[in-house]
Amino acid sequence: MCGIAGLIHRGKSSNVGQELQGMLQALRHRGEDSTGYALYGDTDGENFIMRFKVGENVGEGSTSIMEDVSVYDERKKIVDGHLSELGAKIVKEERILPYSLRYEIKYDKDLMEFSQKIESVPGVEILSMGKSLEVIKDLGNAKVVCDRYNLDKLVGTHAIGHARMATESGVDIKSAHPFWGYPFSDVSVVHNGQLTNYWNNRRVLENKGMRFMSECDSELIAVYLAEKMRKGATLEEGMRESLTGLDGVFTYFVATKDSLGMAKDTMAAKPLVLYESDDLVAMGSEEIAIRSVLPQEIDTYDPFDGEVKVWQI
Amino acid sequence: MANIKTSEKKTKAQSMGLHSEVLTGKTQQKFFNPDEAENFYYFGTHDVDFNKRAELDVKDMDCKQANGKIDELMSQGYGTIVIKNPQGKHSLGVGILNKLNLIFEGSLGYFGCGSVDGPTVRINGRVGWSCAENMMAGKVVIEKNAGSCFGAAIRGGDLICKGSVGARTGIDQKGGTIIIGGDAGAFTGFMMQRGRIVILGDVGINLGDSMYDGTIFVGGKIGSFGSDAVEAEITSSDIGWLKRKLKVAEIGDNFDVSKMTKVVAGKKLWNYDALEPTERKGAI
Repeated sequence: MCGIAGLIHRGKSSNVGQELQGMLQALRHRGEDSTGYALYGDTDGENFIMRFKVGENVGEGSTSIMEDVSVYDERKKIVDGHLSELGAKIVKEERILPYSLRYEIKYDKDLMEFSQKIESVPGVEILSMGKSLEVIKDLGNAKVVCDRYNLDKLVGTHAIGHARMATESGVDIKSAHPFWGYPFSDVSVVHNGQLTNYWNNRRVLENKGMRFMSECDSELIAVYLAEKMRKGATLEEGMRESLTGLDGVFTYFVATKDSLGMAKDTMAAKPLVLYESDDLVAMGSEEIAIRSVLPQEIDTYDPFDGEVKVWQI
Repeated sequence: MANIKTSEKKTKAQSMGLHSEVLTGKTQQKFFNPDEAENFYYFGTHDVDFNKRAELDVKDMDCKQANGKIDELMSQGYGTIVIKNPQGKHSLGVGILNKLNLIFEGSLGYFGCGSVDGPTVRINGRVGWSCAENMMAGKVVIEKNAGSCFGAAIRGGDLICKGSVGARTGIDQKGGTIIIGGDAGAFTGFMMQRGRIVILGDVGINLGDSMYDGTIFVGGKIGSFGSDAVEAEITSSDIGWLKRKLKVAEIGDNFDVSKMTKVVAGKKLWNYDALEPTERKGAI
C-alpha cells in the first residue's frame, strides 16, 4: 500500500523533521517496513551534504546480507581515499550508525563522475547529494527512524517522506524511498503505486548511462526525471512527460532545492489529499497526515487525474 | 470436462459448473409480515427520539471507540448526535441502520458513513475516499469536497456533495441518487448498474465507462465518454425530477437543468447479449 507525505513552507523555515515525522507516523498503518525522509534543511549552501551507506540493514525478502562492522570500516576507508583522489575535501564527518554516514564536502566538479567513483566501491550507495537535501531512510516506522537519526530538530523549508509496505522488492535500505535523482544535486522522489513498464524503461535508461541501485519500481521515477532534466527539460516538463512515459498507477512527489511537486496518474488510482495556503502546502495519502500538522478545521481536496503541480518555497 | 454434446441435461449443467440439485435446509431469508410488525426486529437498530440531543468529542478516540459510543448513545434513545473533532479519522459513522440525525463538525477520512441504512447525516467538512459506500437508505450531505469512489456501490438514498469529488464517483452504483455541486473526476459512473448521478460542474474522462444501466446528468463539460456510454435526450420528466432533487439537496438554485447532458448505457457491450452460457459458448 505505502503512504507518502510532503510539505513546503513558503517564505519561512520550520521544524520540518518533526513535522514530517508526525505526518508519516499518522500513515504508519499503510506500511512500516521502512520509512524515509528527504529533508531540505537551512544551510549556507557552500558545501555538499552527502548521505551514504556502506552496508545494508537487512529485512524480509532482501537480496542483501548483513555484514561485519569491520567490512564497513574498510569501505569507509576506500571512500575517503576516493574523495581525496576526486579533490573533494571533507569538512565535517558524522557516522550516525555503523553503516550510515553523513559528510559535508567541499567539491565543485562533475557530480556524475563523483558518484560513479564513490559507488564503484561494492556495498556503498549515495543516498543523497545536495547542498540542502538530506535523505535518511531505514527499517521501521517514522518514529523509529526519526529517533535513530535524531531528525526531530532539523529545521528547513520543505520535506517529503514515505512509509513503505514492501511489495515489489525486499525490505532493506536500498529499496526504501525517497530516491535521490542521481546525478542531480538536491532532487528526491517518493512514490505510492506500481509501475508496470519498469523493466522496459530501466533497460532504455541504463543504456543511456543512468544508474539503478535497487529493483524497486519507484526508483525509475527519480531516474526518469533526472534523465529528462539532463536533456534540458524543467522539472515540471519532466513530470508532465512522465504521465504518459510511465505506465501503471502512481501518485508521486518530487522535491528540489527550492520546489516541491506532485503528479497523479491518468486513472487517479492512488490517493492524495492536498491542503494549500499562501504560506504552507501540505499533502499526503490520507487527510490524517495533514491533520498531524494542522489539527484545526481546514479545506482540503483531492487533485484530479493527470494533475501535475509544482510549488516554490 | 465432460463431453457436453453427449451428456444428459443435468450432467451438462454440472459440467459447466452449475448445480441443478434442489437445495435443502433452512433459508436465511426473512419475509416482512405487517401483521407481525411488532415482533419484527432489525438487528442492530434502535428506536431514537430526534428531540434527544447529545454531543460527542472524538478527538482522543479511535474509530472503533467513536462508533461504539455513537451506538451506545442511540441505544439510550438519542436521535440527534453531534460529533466534534472528527479530524479526518477513518470509518466514522458506519453501519447505522436506523433513523438518526448525525452531524459531523469537521472532516472525515476514508469510508465515512459506509453501509448506512436510514440516517440523515450532515458533514460540515470534507470526506475522504469511499464515503457512504454500500449506503442502503437515508441522506448524507457533505458541505465541502469529497475524495474518490464517492458513493461506491450505493443501493439507495441520497448522497450529496456540495463541493467537488474525485475519480470513480458512483462506481458499481446499484440504486439511489448521487448529486455533486462541483466537478467530478475520471471514470464517474464506472460500471454503474442502476440509480442516478447528477453533476452540476465538469466531469473528467471516461464518463459512464462500461455502465450497465442508470442515468448520469452533467451540467458542465465532459472530458470524454467511456465505453458504451451514450448521450440521450433529456425529457420533461427528467427536468421535473432534477428540479425536485436539487431543491431537496439544497444546491443548484436557479440552475438550468434543461441544458444538462443526459448519459445512459448504450447496452452494446458483449455481456449484454441474451445468450445463455451454453449458447454463448456455441457462438464463440
